[in-house]
Amino acid sequence: MNQEQNIEQRLWAYIDGISSSEENTSIEKMLQGNLEWKNKYHELLDVHDMMKAAELEQPSMRFTKNVMEQITQLHIAPATRNYINKKIIWGITGFFLTLILVFLIYGFAQVEWNSPSDSKPAIDLSRLSEVDYSKIFNNTFVNVFMMVNVLLGLVLLDRVLANKRKKFQNQG
Amino acid sequence: MSTGLGDNEIISRVLRGEQNAYAELVNRYQAYVFTLTLRMIKSREDAEEVAQDVFVKAYRSLADFRGDSKFSTWLYTIVNTTCITFLRKKKLDVHSLDNEKVFEVADNKDSGFRANLIEQKSRINMVNEAITMLSPDDAEIITLFYKAEQNLEEISKILRLETNTVKVRLHRARTRLKEKMEKNFSEEVKNIY
Repeated sequence: MNQEQNIEQRLWAYIDGISSSEENTSIEKMLQGNLEWKNKYHELLDVHDMMKAAELEQPSMRFTKNVMEQITQLHIAPATRNYINKKIIWGITGFFLTLILVFLIYGFAQVEWNSPSDSKPAIDLSRLSEVDYSKIFNNTFVNVFMMVNVLLGLVLLDRVLANKRKKFQNQG
Repeated sequence: MSTGLGDNEIISRVLRGEQNAYAELVNRYQAYVFTLTLRMIKSREDAEEVAQDVFVKAYRSLADFRGDSKFSTWLYTIVNTTCITFLRKKKLDVHSLDNEKVFEVADNKDSGFRANLIEQKSRINMVNEAITMLSPDDAEIITLFYKAEQNLEEISKILRLETNTVKVRLHRARTRLKEKMEKNFSEEVKNIY
């Protein structure tokens, strides 16, 4: 950034009133003693005043009427906070966190931590294709995990249906 | 006819079912919304259509206005997204500050405006015309800051940018506006300085 740009930037911040009090004092000092700063300040202040004085554009005379005609056929949509149930969002978050946690625990449980340093890495990725997945999904651990997920799913479904029932009763 | 009621009070009335009260909000903000859309879209007819669309969208989503910011800030967020959607549909890139096409459009406009320079312009007209020569991004930020009276934090909410980014963009926009005025209205600018 060259010196002129720097002066401009500092002066704009001063004009907008967003400089710190120390910066204000320093700029005021410069404005009193430095002609370049003083001229630039007046130049920017003129632009600032002109921009403030710029007029708003006016739409056509029928503008409000047109909008009101369009909204007569419309209804205000219910607030999103009313139909997005936070409990459901927390339920979904809980589900995914549990999923990640279980996979992490399972993954770490498979690692052979005591293997000597010169041996092959604990997880040999090249052997992934040799894994017998039928054994994994017969595992009690995985079965329990799946059961928890099914339960969570049923709880979520129950909540959704309960909300719908409540809404229906209120309407009735 | 102005009711003198605050924005939030009018919104409560509209939400209670007094649809006609919404006309007061439209009257109050139509010039601001129209100016903003015109700064971004340039064509008066399209800008008016988009501005009407903004008020219709705002009406539909009025229940979502929580009152934790000014109504105008919330409304200008809708202006911004509606204009961007409109411009995207028209396949214009509004995001890049250095978009050559935008400046090409603006420069082409320059030549048209120069022809009208024979007649003396008032300072206000000069600024308004200089603003129309800017890119939509620059024109929007200047209009939000000077005409819609939004502070840097509010503009950062509307444009979904960091406050510091807004500060830099505003500075750049003002520099470009000053350059446009010096280039196209050199005689008038001389009289001012």
